[in-house]
Amino acid sequence: MTENATTERRPQYAVFIYEAVPPEDLPPDVMAGHIGLPEKIAAAGGRVVAGLGFQDPSTTTAVRGDLLTDGPFVETKEALAGIYVLEARDLDHALELARMTPIVSGGVEVRPLVDFQVLP
Amino acid sequence: MLAATVRVTRDLDVAEESVQDAYVSALSAWERDGVPDRPGAWLTTAARNKALNALARRQTLRAKLPLLVLPEELTVPEAIPDDRLRLVFTCCHPALSAEARIGLTLRLVCGVSTADVASAFLVPEATMAARITRAKKKIAAARIPYRVPESDELPARLDSVLTVVHLLATTGHTAPSGDALVRIDLAERALDLARLLHALLPEEAEVAGLVALLLVHRAREGTRTDEAGRLVPLADQDRSAWDRNLIAEADQLVVRALLAGPPGRFTLQAAIAALHAQAPSYAETDWPQIRTLYDALLRVWRTPVVALNRAVAVAMVDGPAAGLAAVEVLEASGELAGYHYLPAAKADFLRRLGRFAEAADAYAAALALTDNAAEQDFLRDRLG
Repeated sequence: MTENATTERRPQYAVFIYEAVPPEDLPPDVMAGHIGLPEKIAAAGGRVVAGLGFQDPSTTTAVRGDLLTDGPFVETKEALAGIYVLEARDLDHALELARMTPIVSGGVEVRPLVDFQVLP
Repeated sequence: MLAATVRVTRDLDVAEESVQDAYVSALSAWERDGVPDRPGAWLTTAARNKALNALARRQTLRAKLPLLVLPEELTVPEAIPDDRLRLVFTCCHPALSAEARIGLTLRLVCGVSTADVASAFLVPEATMAARITRAKKKIAAARIPYRVPESDELPARLDSVLTVVHLLATTGHTAPSGDALVRIDLAERALDLARLLHALLPEEAEVAGLVALLLVHRAREGTRTDEAGRLVPLADQDRSAWDRNLIAEADQLVVRALLAGPPGRFTLQAAIAALHAQAPSYAETDWPQIRTLYDALLRVWRTPVVALNRAVAVAMVDGPAAGLAAVEVLEASGELAGYHYLPAAKADFLRRLGRFAEAADAYAAALALTDNAAEQDFLRDRLG
């Protein structure tokens, strides 16, 4: 019975972090919040599978065929600042966990992953 | 039955197919063996077995099933009202668009056809079908849970649920198409759902308000058409035939809801309906009070339909010219294009102003916009 329960893969979600404040300007408490996030999520019954923090969008180079341009594909005020993958029971659980992400100005977007991720 | 089957499959499409298959099996099995003592239970069990078989087949086809049957769920006894409530909250999850929530609930919880759902929302059937398909896909892919929200998150989820129940009642109150004005089955389902929510959330004023509103509709139901099935307007209805017990029950709920704090849109609508129900005649209705309630309603729920209803109250207080002016403002906004009550109201004001040629044009415009035979007959009569 317990074996059955553990063999069912729990759904995974990508959490996109949109933040207007560049990483070097983040207040220390928000930075600390990001560092402590996986632990906090684990305590609430979820699991962070992987996470990536991005440099400021101005450091981006876009590649379109042979063309190189300065800046990201999509210019927005609230830029994509990072992304992490979490495992949760269902969407409600995933939203509850994603809501713990520290944000100065912006928000998060939660998207379910398809079932063939290349992840540990 | 659909709700009980979804709990097993966690997949709305498989559940819907299984329920349909169960009906087909019932036709031959019942003919052979006679109708079982509990046909509902027979169908639910059959649908569940078919769903399990369907899932088992899918399991062998795919290495990994994204929607697994959880073994422990199979032993849970089925409480139907609770299951339906769970299905309602799943269909009304805030992660779905408002349109999808309503369409999905009408389709899956209440069994309204996609064509009727589309008609109730003034969109083409294909649009509604696509909307419902997208919503089902999101429920499955994002794993929107099949459960009643915890008490702390319940109030926030409630408004979309109440909207759905109200729209279901509206669809039942005046069927978007077909020969009968009223679809009692839909109206009954709406009242059942509203009562269920009220039992679960007795402290929520808006739930009480919605129950009250639906009770008043029910109390007047028998008088809205004549023996020939023709529409009888509120002004001409036989008030002595209204169900006084239901109206009294509604009154109590409205008073309690109004005392609970600033009233929401359902409580205000119920208060308006209750005032109509209390009036000894159409002319003796407390129109100034009704207009005041519509003003309040327009503040908490600014929709063109509310504005149109307010125009009718304005016409009763300040005369048909004032009503016509209000309707023409709405008409100019174009928000209610395709909504036949707008030209119908306009026609009535023009008729009362003695502008018969223009009234006839407006009646003809209204006639072209409704598919309900009872309403068509009424409008044809007015056209003379």
